[in-house]
Amino acid sequence: MSASLETTLDEGGADTSGPRRALAHLALVTLGPILAALVLSGLVLLALGVDPFAYYGYVAQRGLFSWLGLQQTLTRMAPLLCLAAALIVAFRAGIWNLGIDGQFLLGAVTSAALAPFLITVLPAGAVLLVAAAGAALVGALWSLLPALLRAYQQVNEIITTLMMTFLGVSFANLLVKLVFLDPGTTVPQTRTLPVADRLPTLFGTTISGGLVLGLVAVVVVHLVMTRTAFGLKLRTVGENPLAARHAGLDVPLLTVAVFAISAGFAGLAGGIEILGVHGNLQAGWNPAYGLAVIPLVFLARFNGFAAIVFVFFYSALMIGGESAARRIGVPHYFTLVLVANLLILLALAEYLDHRRRRAG
Amino acid sequence: MVELLGVTKRFPGVLAVDRVDLALLPGEVHALLGENGAGKSTLVAMLSGLVEPDAGRIRVAGEERRIASPRAALQQGISTVFQHVMLVPTLTVLENLVLGMSWWRRPDRAELEQRLAGIRSAFGIALDLDQTTGELSLGEQQQIEIVRALLRRSRVLILDEATSMLTPQGADELGALMRRLVKSGLAVVFITHKLDEACRFGDRITVLRLGRKVGELAPEGLAAMDQAAAVEEVVGLMFGDRSIAEARPSRLRKAEGPPVLSVRGLTVTGATRLARADDVSFELRPGEILGIAGIDGNGQKQLAEALAGQRTAAAGSIVLDGRDITRAGVAERRRLGLRYLTDDRIGEGAVGGFPVATNAVLKEIGAPPFWSGGPFLLGGIERPGRIAAHARELIDRYDVRTPDEATPIGRLSGGNIQKVLLARELSGDARVVVFNKPTHGLDVQNIMASRNRIAAIADAGLAVLLISTDLEELLDVADRIAVMAAGRLTGIVANDEGARARIGALMIGRAA
Amino acid sequence: MEALLTAAFLTALLAGAVAAGVPLLLAGLGEQMSEKAGVLNIGIEGMMLMGAYLGFLVAFESGNVALGFVAGMAGGMAVALVMAILCVGLGLNQIVIGIGLTLGVEGLTALLHHFQFSTTYPRLPAAWRVPVPGLVELPVVGPALFDRHPLVYLAFLLVPLLAWLYRRTALGLTLRAAGEKPAALDVAGIDVATVRFLAVLFTGAMAGLGGAFMANVAAGIFIPFMTGGAGFIGIVLAMLARGRPAWVLIGAVVFGGALSLTTALQVAGLNVPTDLIQMLPFAAVMAVLVLYGRKARLPAALGLPYVRGAR
Repeated sequence: MSASLETTLDEGGADTSGPRRALAHLALVTLGPILAALVLSGLVLLALGVDPFAYYGYVAQRGLFSWLGLQQTLTRMAPLLCLAAALIVAFRAGIWNLGIDGQFLLGAVTSAALAPFLITVLPAGAVLLVAAAGAALVGALWSLLPALLRAYQQVNEIITTLMMTFLGVSFANLLVKLVFLDPGTTVPQTRTLPVADRLPTLFGTTISGGLVLGLVAVVVVHLVMTRTAFGLKLRTVGENPLAARHAGLDVPLLTVAVFAISAGFAGLAGGIEILGVHGNLQAGWNPAYGLAVIPLVFLARFNGFAAIVFVFFYSALMIGGESAARRIGVPHYFTLVLVANLLILLALAEYLDHRRRRAG
Repeated sequence: MVELLGVTKRFPGVLAVDRVDLALLPGEVHALLGENGAGKSTLVAMLSGLVEPDAGRIRVAGEERRIASPRAALQQGISTVFQHVMLVPTLTVLENLVLGMSWWRRPDRAELEQRLAGIRSAFGIALDLDQTTGELSLGEQQQIEIVRALLRRSRVLILDEATSMLTPQGADELGALMRRLVKSGLAVVFITHKLDEACRFGDRITVLRLGRKVGELAPEGLAAMDQAAAVEEVVGLMFGDRSIAEARPSRLRKAEGPPVLSVRGLTVTGATRLARADDVSFELRPGEILGIAGIDGNGQKQLAEALAGQRTAAAGSIVLDGRDITRAGVAERRRLGLRYLTDDRIGEGAVGGFPVATNAVLKEIGAPPFWSGGPFLLGGIERPGRIAAHARELIDRYDVRTPDEATPIGRLSGGNIQKVLLARELSGDARVVVFNKPTHGLDVQNIMASRNRIAAIADAGLAVLLISTDLEELLDVADRIAVMAAGRLTGIVANDEGARARIGALMIGRAA
Repeated sequence: MEALLTAAFLTALLAGAVAAGVPLLLAGLGEQMSEKAGVLNIGIEGMMLMGAYLGFLVAFESGNVALGFVAGMAGGMAVALVMAILCVGLGLNQIVIGIGLTLGVEGLTALLHHFQFSTTYPRLPAAWRVPVPGLVELPVVGPALFDRHPLVYLAFLLVPLLAWLYRRTALGLTLRAAGEKPAALDVAGIDVATVRFLAVLFTGAMAGLGGAFMANVAAGIFIPFMTGGAGFIGIVLAMLARGRPAWVLIGAVVFGGALSLTTALQVAGLNVPTDLIQMLPFAAVMAVLVLYGRKARLPAALGLPYVRGAR
């Protein structure tokens, strides 16, 4: 899917659209699919006997318009933003890193294992730093095999990263149950990091400090991709690997670097979730945030700032949806349906737009 | 008997074909002559069902018909042999011949062989059914496509730029084949941009220019003229001002001094037995233009890529200005002055979605003054103002037609993209420039301008390696011409009297 | 350790391999046809899951398991139809749509299941078995291979049938051309879009059937997300099989065996952590890809939409 915004040219090659028209146009192609997805998913609700307006209203109320819910939304944004950063890096470089859920979990396990142990020897600040770095490192390592296979053997990374996710989920469970088990609890989980030692909350609210990390991650990724030489090299590889080779870029090395960076952010997301919210990791826990972030990143056309906006609204949807699962009885699977609709409708909208341009 | 009546075809931004009438009659070779951009390919596309005309009618045997798909074209008895081979390289010859049969039928080898025997005796084409198609030369693959058309019992055979894959002798053989085909009752349409071939092989010549039919020489008229008169007439129709066609770039300096590039025993493996470089040796002096002639697919691209560093050499050495660069990477060779202008402009030379300005510095990502901060700040922070200014200067100097430097380069025409790529390769300290098919796909104006520019580059003291499948181009511009066949340099001749004949001989010697 | 070599263990292992392998086989064979034609069908996981859900639903509501299979096939084909229209018809990105469809079906089937069965969790009666007279008497192999549901036999028979279809008829050529160089096929007079469309629908039918088998025969119940990556494994099998259905069969049996190792080991009295066992098939896939990944010869035009006369 192209992330570029094509300007219109008339027969003489002159630019006929101004920047304002282009912006309005972009808004249409972005908001249109969102609206259509809400409508389509609303129809699904209707078919199940649920009033879509009541559902959406409740979700918005709980996720956005209540102070408690808003704080939860902002907290939920933290790992999602890191995941968005991971995907922006990968997609811009033409790499389908679909292994983010596995990388996320293993990063989470790493943090959950390191932090309660380190807290006995290091001050809280250092512990958080080391545990987060460890999470990122392990996440990056988990992508090494698919990275090498893609870079040097041209093995399709969609399959390898998906396989690593399945492997990662089971491996994480194994680690929790066998290696990092907290002997003091009945439910199999890691030792819990005391609340006082977790990521600090912001300004007396319950919003996790991870939000700041997430925002920084996305903004840094955005700036690097759009303003630095390294970012341009990655984008070149993503848009046209042949041209990248022709231009003298070391494509295999850059490929491995992309995997490492992307998976590192995904691992970091897992670390943040543990260090900021849960404090421990229960066996069998797999929130699977990753794949749902994909349509958000596409909607944002890989622009970091736009991604922040979309992640915000999606977080609100998630928080509201989880509450709705308890109160209205519509399980959170519905968010999957909404997100899937969004992805497909966005692809359709881009196609229709492209058709309209060529005919015009 | 197929007629096109007043057909018109428009694409976004260009009128490709403008109210053209064409009659394809059995028993004659109808040559369709015109430069790139004249509308020939679009006409072929309409006849073969790939596109449909926006206006006008098509008549087959007197009945009005729609040719809406390649299947429809085949059903009307029209077969096309396109310029780029339309066979599946991984299938065998037999499998490619039967491709197109309804999928539930089983290929009947015995019946096929019988019919092939008939074709062999009538037209002299022999095929090995079990060969893998991708291993054969382009000329041989072309023959497979012709045989397939005969197996389909086509009434009209369209040959699109068929001689671009052949040696001069091969072209003659094709001419003879076409004669035999029309004698048996087919109508043959011969698309070309080469005047002499149109006049030699065509019974009827239709000349196209900028989408319109500007003239037609009927068989009776052609028979009355001799070759030279026919060529003159046609040139007048094609170009109006014939001086364009005759302009040859003038060369001011001769090559002098020690060689700037020495290649010894360069061997590169390729995908097929023809597309590779085998023990290639030559030298280039500053101010010299060395041409590499040969049929496409005989290792030229592999040689160019090996020189540029995109392909590793299996053996041999490359020395630039006294320095051995055989192990050096692409970026380093470029820095040392070895530049490479690829033939695949949009596929490899540029990133279509990036602005012109970015493409102009694509080979120097991270380098000052366009990026500052060096290797530490992730390769450097971009200085868009400087990149834009640099691009504007190049656009001005090379006369690139583009709305501005921020336009995605994919929107520019082929000729303008070529100018940007050339500007890019010549910036900084260039010492040797390798051109691979620099003028293919361009219109006459751009072709002439390109040739002049190449001559000017050499006059400025650079060494030029000009790889081209267009022999005329090499004869126009090069000082010496080497011939490449099946990966080997079969010989190097000086570009003087009789060069053409000697080159022809060299091509046949080890020709594919 | 001797417990591992008892007849009971081996029979359980082989039987489990078949039960787990049949869905993989069907998915792999289906995906193989799509890939030959040049379509990378990531949505196959969604097609299988839809087949599992609809197969179970219809079998449960109607009491007729065979009808359930038909419904499963139809469900898979319905999802495949969406993919075909969007990716082959309109040329949308095959990967994006595949992910979207898989996520969508996961959510939809989980949602529907919640509203219909989450309180009751009904099960289907034990699956029908048809013993093959004579062969069923063989030790170990007999009860494992020859006393199964008829769909198992059908799946195995598909392998030589497809192999014959690919090698001996023009179908094989047509598919290969569509995947390697669609322009050549178009010029030869066959509509590329139609070929790819039908190939994708076939994949949907096979995947749907495989999913229905998982729900109705292997498990006897539908659980949300129950396919657990089987569709993706099918993609791997197709990629590694280099165009031969026989190799899909071998791969399916091997991976099916890995998947079923848990139950077999329990029969043998060994207590290996479930998680470790569950890692096995995916680890096996990665190992195979490391060893043979380079040799996976994929059609040149895989994943690229074909546009006639593209300028």
